[in-house]
Amino acid sequence: MVLVFLDQSDGQIKKSSLEAASYGAKVAEQLGTTVEAIVLGNVTDDLSGLGKYGVKKIHKVADEVLNHMDAQVYTKIIAEAATANNATVIVLSNNFNGKAIAPRLSVRLKAGLVSGAVALPDTTNGFVVKKNVFSGKAFANVAVNTPVKIISLNPNSYQIKTTDGTAEVSDLAVSIDSAKVQITNTNKIVGEVPLSEAEIVVSGGRGLKGPENWALVTDLAKALGAATACSRPVADTGWRPHHEHVGQTGLAIAPNLYIAIGISGAIQHLAGVNRSKVIVVINKDPEAPFFKAADYGIVGDAFEVIPKITDAVKKLKGIV
Amino acid sequence: MKILVCISKTPDTTAKIAFTDNNTKFAADGVQWIINPYDEWYALVRAIELKEADTSAVIHLITVASADADPIIRKALALGGDEAIRVNTDSHDSYYIASQIAAIAKEGNYDLIFTGKETIDYNGASIGGMVAELLDLPYVSLATKFDIDGANAIIVREIEGGEETDKVQLPVVVSCQKGVAEQRIPNMKGIMGARTKPLKVVEPVAAETLTSVASFDLPPAKAGVKLVSADNPEELVRLLHEEAKAF
Repeated sequence: MVLVFLDQSDGQIKKSSLEAASYGAKVAEQLGTTVEAIVLGNVTDDLSGLGKYGVKKIHKVADEVLNHMDAQVYTKIIAEAATANNATVIVLSNNFNGKAIAPRLSVRLKAGLVSGAVALPDTTNGFVVKKNVFSGKAFANVAVNTPVKIISLNPNSYQIKTTDGTAEVSDLAVSIDSAKVQITNTNKIVGEVPLSEAEIVVSGGRGLKGPENWALVTDLAKALGAATACSRPVADTGWRPHHEHVGQTGLAIAPNLYIAIGISGAIQHLAGVNRSKVIVVINKDPEAPFFKAADYGIVGDAFEVIPKITDAVKKLKGIV
Repeated sequence: MKILVCISKTPDTTAKIAFTDNNTKFAADGVQWIINPYDEWYALVRAIELKEADTSAVIHLITVASADADPIIRKALALGGDEAIRVNTDSHDSYYIASQIAAIAKEGNYDLIFTGKETIDYNGASIGGMVAELLDLPYVSLATKFDIDGANAIIVREIEGGEETDKVQLPVVVSCQKGVAEQRIPNMKGIMGARTKPLKVVEPVAAETLTSVASFDLPPAKAGVKLVSADNPEELVRLLHEEAKAF
């Protein structure tokens, strides 16, 4: 059995976990087995409806103490569920929570972990999973040599696939340890696409000249339904908050479309965005190194070009 | 307070990435090796700041590597570590490395174990969580702020679309990222002093490896940028929509 950990936030299953479910369903198909899932905390989403991502059965522990993730508590429950149900593969998203849980789970179950997987396992000769290494500059094909295998899937690496199935939902009886980590405050930006899950990201750099010009970025992002991001100098000078900083020291992302406005493309910036499927660079300097990594580009003044692009997107999408 | 900072040796960010031996080994010739930036800039520097605030604090560094990691360990000592431990073994998988760190940590009774958020070579982000589980300690990952309040750590960590503040009793394992501290450059006094600081070499404990790298690949070469005239930016939107199907 393949067990998928479905991570939730404020009662809703995260998009990256739906990718993990679709991925887990495909792995189960490859191995000729079934896929089940585990959900911890109170979830408002219709769990049986998650069957459309291929999951046959969902084990839930709807206890409100689990509404906040504690890696130690979560690990024990997921490990128990995996062992009790003879899971041979466990799939998680390599999101913020997955990065805390998966390594613990690996130790607890003595199960080899491939973190940051980007493709389905190759099961023709063993169990080999491709993952990003060298900050997106290469891939490693990692052989997992243990009976139980753990894969944490990079967000935006596997396309969500849906069917018309429904899932059987059952309560999982477990003992819940008290958390050693106490959450004293949570500060979340509401109403915006989380950068880590966004399919389109519009990002600005020093070429925008100042925070007063940021509407160029946000207007285009709004038209595209995109998240906004920025380069390191922009975050460091306080034009934009740190959680928008993408790059080696900021967040590494892999959207379908990354539009970089006024960013020259230092290697540290590229390390955080080079997994984007399509990269567009708009910069008035034709020598900007980012053009070498781009799929599309415009050498031009962002202040003139971007409003025209935003208008064209709105026209195309029928936004008046 | 005893702090253990986990240090890894990685190729410099700008290093050319290539492989040898039928794509099974990293081509290390001519590569400049550095302390993994997250270990150095954030984990180690925050540990040094804590020591500056509490002079009774002691910082131990640990690396799991062969002797060619000694220069980077000496640099970490020059920055402000008190003594270093090198577990004398070539690289293995995360589980093996975490097992070595946990064995040393268990002996040392540390109040704090710091790692960087990940290494810039294998990008595993696994060592901190594994060490914590091996020691049955709490683990707070992706910390952007770290403070001590009596017997507790107050940690801000990144979550999707925001951040949360955690309070946890020591001992704890924490992975550090940008925000926790600012990069420092070792000064001459530090460099001179590092030469005489203890660097203990210990042999590894028996531990398993759970994974192995079968081969490496490089991503396919990009086809090259398709430039659109600045006079006709609407064409870019058409290409993204119709050709790239990007939205």
